[in-house]
Amino acid sequence: MPEHEADGQLATPTHEVRDFLHRRREQIAQRWADEPLFRAVFTVSRDEAVEAGKVVVDALTQVADSEQVEDPDSAGFSAVREQLGRMGAARSRAGLSNTQVSSELAALRPPVENLLAADLQQAPPEHLRACSTVLTVLMGTLRLVAMQTALSEWQALSDRQRMQLLEVATPVIRLWDGIVAVPLIGTLDSARSQVVMETLLNAVVEEHARFAILDITGVPTVDSLVAQHLMKTVAAARLMGAECIVSGIRPAIAQTIVHLGLDLDVITRASLADALGYALHQLGADIVKPGAGQR
Amino acid sequence: MHTAAGVEACLPIRSDMDLVWVRQHVRQAAARLGFGLVDQTKLVTAASELARNTLVHGGGGQMAAQHVSSRGSQGLRLAFSDEGPGIADLELALSDGYTSGGGLGMGLSGARRLVHDFEIDSAPGSGTTVRVTCWVVRPPRPREGV
Ligand SMILES: Nc1ncnc2c1ncn2[C@@H]1O[C@H](COP(=O)(O)OP(=O)(O)OP(=O)(O)O)[C@@H](O)[C@H]1O
Ligand SMILES: [Mg+2]
Repeated sequence: MPEHEADGQLATPTHEVRDFLHRRREQIAQRWADEPLFRAVFTVSRDEAVEAGKVVVDALTQVADSEQVEDPDSAGFSAVREQLGRMGAARSRAGLSNTQVSSELAALRPPVENLLAADLQQAPPEHLRACSTVLTVLMGTLRLVAMQTALSEWQALSDRQRMQLLEVATPVIRLWDGIVAVPLIGTLDSARSQVVMETLLNAVVEEHARFAILDITGVPTVDSLVAQHLMKTVAAARLMGAECIVSGIRPAIAQTIVHLGLDLDVITRASLADALGYALHQLGADIVKPGAGQR
Repeated sequence: MHTAAGVEACLPIRSDMDLVWVRQHVRQAAARLGFGLVDQTKLVTAASELARNTLVHGGGGQMAAQHVSSRGSQGLRLAFSDEGPGIADLELALSDGYTSGGGLGMGLSGARRLVHDFEIDSAPGSGTTVRVTCWVVRPPRPREGV
């Protein structure tokens, strides 16, 4: 049982909480191990959950010791920041919303509070009140740290996904014997146009393509850099023995290209279908519309 | 009456990703002010050229977008500024096909043809600012070029 200085020489509430956390390290970790947050993350063994809990208690003890219970940047948190982030991320991967993760974190407080109240039974009520306020603030800061870390991980994940989206493998479609098509979608920056060019040239070789159709219906802006990338791709395909056709130039883009003064030195067609028709015609495989021959 | 909400902004131009935001902002702002699809596309393309010059030649900078109106006409003014090396020979830089790098040399001159008003402020060592304006319907007395 805790010893209290009976002579009224009470520790400051923050130090009281620090000593309490240190003293009750094992019990707190044991109780946390039964809470959904720890139970769901450390599924292999309960001991693992208890150990993880102890690390968090130690961090809280250190923060209380530095008297920075309100500061999420307090040095004590740095040791558990990563672990908390991983726990939060694991819960959200399991399908929990941010709010649900946050309330699982909030659920860590009551067991600690009950232990504190039991320990300070003999202490003056104001002192108990002051101590539980400190504990509440400290646990609130812990929750903030965990949410901050989880949020920044989500942010990093979504940034990564956005970058990956830009690099999505460019599909090459074999439309006909000797005719391949690449539908270009999104921003054609230098990195992507490099990918497009390589993919297209490989397809030209593999498919023995005589015609390569670059469909730019999905490209929102054609400026001088995009035009330059297109022309480089066209020139490279030409060297490989394939003629390029650019299709899907929308009217607004056509007008803009003209004003910009760009000269796309390439065969263009309004639609992918027109481009295919042109290529087929060049290959000697004319398409006859049904009924056309009867006239 | 179109609202200017969401039109005014100052965007950084420090990376390729920033160019994506610049284009997106200009497209949205132009749509909000009532520009048609062709004019939106012209404005976005001009912005793309000027922003890339700010990034590549000016070493980075920013774009400020502003809603302007004159005699009942609504317009969008964009200012691209950097503190880069500046342009020594403006006439040369503005001629079709001139590039100091490996470009097509069509960005600056092409952008000028895509907008209604075009002003350029630059001197060696003191950076470059290019201001362009497009009107939804041209005001009665439009100013040509600089
Ligand atoms: N913000 C700037 N700061 C310094 N120099 C610039 C700036 N903008 C343009 N220039 C100069 O003007 C020249 C012409 O610009 P322009 O945009 O027409 O061509 P480019 O950028 O070289 O090629 P691209 O056709 O790909 O745009 C550039 O090569 C550069 O020397
Ligand atoms: Mg340029």
